[in-house]
Amino acid sequence: MNEQKINDDLLRPLRRTSVWFFIMVAFLGTIILVGFGSWIYQMWNGLAVAGIRYPIFWAFYITNFVFWIGISHAGTLISAILRLVNATWRRPVTRCAEVITVFALMIGALFPIIHLGRPWLFFWLMPYPSERQIWPNLRSPLAWDFFAISTYLTGSTLFLFLPIIPDFALMRDQMTGWRRRIYGALALGWQGTTKQWHRLEAAMQIMAIAIVPVAISVHTIVSFDFSMSPVPMWHSTVFGPYFVAGAIFSGIAGLILAMAVLRKVLHLEEYLHPLHFQNLGKLLLLMSLLWGYFTFVERLTTWYGNSPAEMAVFWETQTGSYAPLFWTMVFCNFVIPFPLLAIRRLRTITGTVIASSTIVVGMWIERFLIVVPSLARKNLPYTWASYRPQPVEIMITIATFAAMTLLYTLFAKAVPIISIWELKVGGHRQPVLTPEQEEEHRELWRTRP
Amino acid sequence: MAVDLDRCTGCEACVTACRTENNVRIAGPEQSARGRAIAWIRVERYYEGEFPDVRVKFRPVMCQQCDAAPCEPVCPTFASHHTDEGLNAQVYNRCIGTRYCANACPYNVRFFNFGNPVWDRPLELSLNPDVSLREVGVVEKCTFCVQRIHAGKEQAKAENRELKDGEIQPACVQSCPTSALVFGDLNDPESAVSRLSRSSRGTKLLDDLGTLPKVTYLKRYE
Repeated sequence: MNEQKINDDLLRPLRRTSVWFFIMVAFLGTIILVGFGSWIYQMWNGLAVAGIRYPIFWAFYITNFVFWIGISHAGTLISAILRLVNATWRRPVTRCAEVITVFALMIGALFPIIHLGRPWLFFWLMPYPSERQIWPNLRSPLAWDFFAISTYLTGSTLFLFLPIIPDFALMRDQMTGWRRRIYGALALGWQGTTKQWHRLEAAMQIMAIAIVPVAISVHTIVSFDFSMSPVPMWHSTVFGPYFVAGAIFSGIAGLILAMAVLRKVLHLEEYLHPLHFQNLGKLLLLMSLLWGYFTFVERLTTWYGNSPAEMAVFWETQTGSYAPLFWTMVFCNFVIPFPLLAIRRLRTITGTVIASSTIVVGMWIERFLIVVPSLARKNLPYTWASYRPQPVEIMITIATFAAMTLLYTLFAKAVPIISIWELKVGGHRQPVLTPEQEEEHRELWRTRP
Repeated sequence: MAVDLDRCTGCEACVTACRTENNVRIAGPEQSARGRAIAWIRVERYYEGEFPDVRVKFRPVMCQQCDAAPCEPVCPTFASHHTDEGLNAQVYNRCIGTRYCANACPYNVRFFNFGNPVWDRPLELSLNPDVSLREVGVVEKCTFCVQRIHAGKEQAKAENRELKDGEIQPACVQSCPTSALVFGDLNDPESAVSRLSRSSRGTKLLDDLGTLPKVTYLKRYE
């Protein structure tokens, strides 16, 4: 495939815009506006319009928070690991993964603000120079959240931006008028000199190494929001790794869905091959097993420990009013994806897309089942209650999915969603399904049986 | 504070007195059913046995003013904090409504203001000027009637004397017809509440969580 064709194919969405794009933007924009209106309505009337109640003070919003921060673990982490191990098949995948991280983080970080009783005072969570010299309470996991998320957002934005610089330069050279000026500014004076390439590679290497511990710590800290409180089935040491595993799990599923849509809508069949879905499908299979293992371990230790307060939550999720959700989750996260991803014949694009769709649903339910049943069945049975979501909460939740899709669509319209220069560097050979080592091994077998 | 469960009749006079003293909002039946009711002290009812041999047990539960309170470290803005006197205080102005403290509290004695409080006329005339009203979006809870503690101390200081045991009474203690609730200084080993707290009948609520509550529940061993 020559360089001209790569340029043409990947810059096509930037050059030509069909009417469907505007219909899509209008549709998603309307949903987001309704969601935003719901938030204003909630601020105006107080949280009485939401379904949260005494003593279930956290529900849909915190579920969304954990879910979206989890989705954000797809991109940067996967892309950083694939870069570090120098997996050549990563080239068309990295950017569409990194974008998910940045946007999912932005959306996720909104929820701690949306759920506040007085959201207009959210800046009290930040260490700012207050005239009364009041600092946030650094012992609070919510203050840790603030630092963790802002670090991860800064890091992943840089990690997304660095490899776009040469592409911005390419667009600057290809476009005219106001676009040329904007891309020119974003290209930061990139000329493609040896020194510039060397510095870019060095910076990307540093970021790839730095972002991995940041990503892992972020979701661990999100899990600390729960595990630091003496609430039955929250106060658990397994939560850190359990949350990180779940985050990467749902993140890869989100990435596969995004890639499948891009492949169809932007006609990237020649760039996103079945091999990419195969490989990510294997990774997803691993995470599905890991998730199943963690869930089993968490449930088994609780059941064996038999502490009365924890058992109330345990039976409520296993056989009580949350049981339908619990078993749907097990089906969505394990029973359906496992055969689809484990059997090579089924691990096709369709197969991985079906598995990813159920996993995204299943992981949302998982977050809900972590947050709500524990609060509904705390230590004193007199205060037990049940939760029912209200229209504002449902509407805001739907709006975030629309916001993610819209941000992604707009980004794909402004920046090539596959890294052009990385494809050219890699020569973009047609990937083969059988790895080379295996071929070598066969050769050995033939000569010295 | 000490709560003698053998004396409690479950009359809920403490609940009513607390509501009047502390300007606790009135939610109404509909909002109460949706979990918006606030009661700084509540009388929990537990039923034992099968009908018709049912025994009902009462347990008044208010903020336990824990020495190792789970609600305090989790607050990102220091709205929930420990005072020098050992009380667990809530600064309404500083609260941004994360409700983290309410989740962390194992006793579920922290309440959230889901809307702005309203008092139908002429109920607003009964509001206590010594207690601030809580606006929408903040968390509130039992203060051990801190306004009465301060007033009592000021009074004693003005009269240049020591505080007498039992001189300061929170509204719930004052209104208890069976004297099931006893309040006083736990630092004074001779006070009535100290002696009751050392009683062999005494237990702490959810003692195994290690929250070091200041409220002792007294119950005859059966």
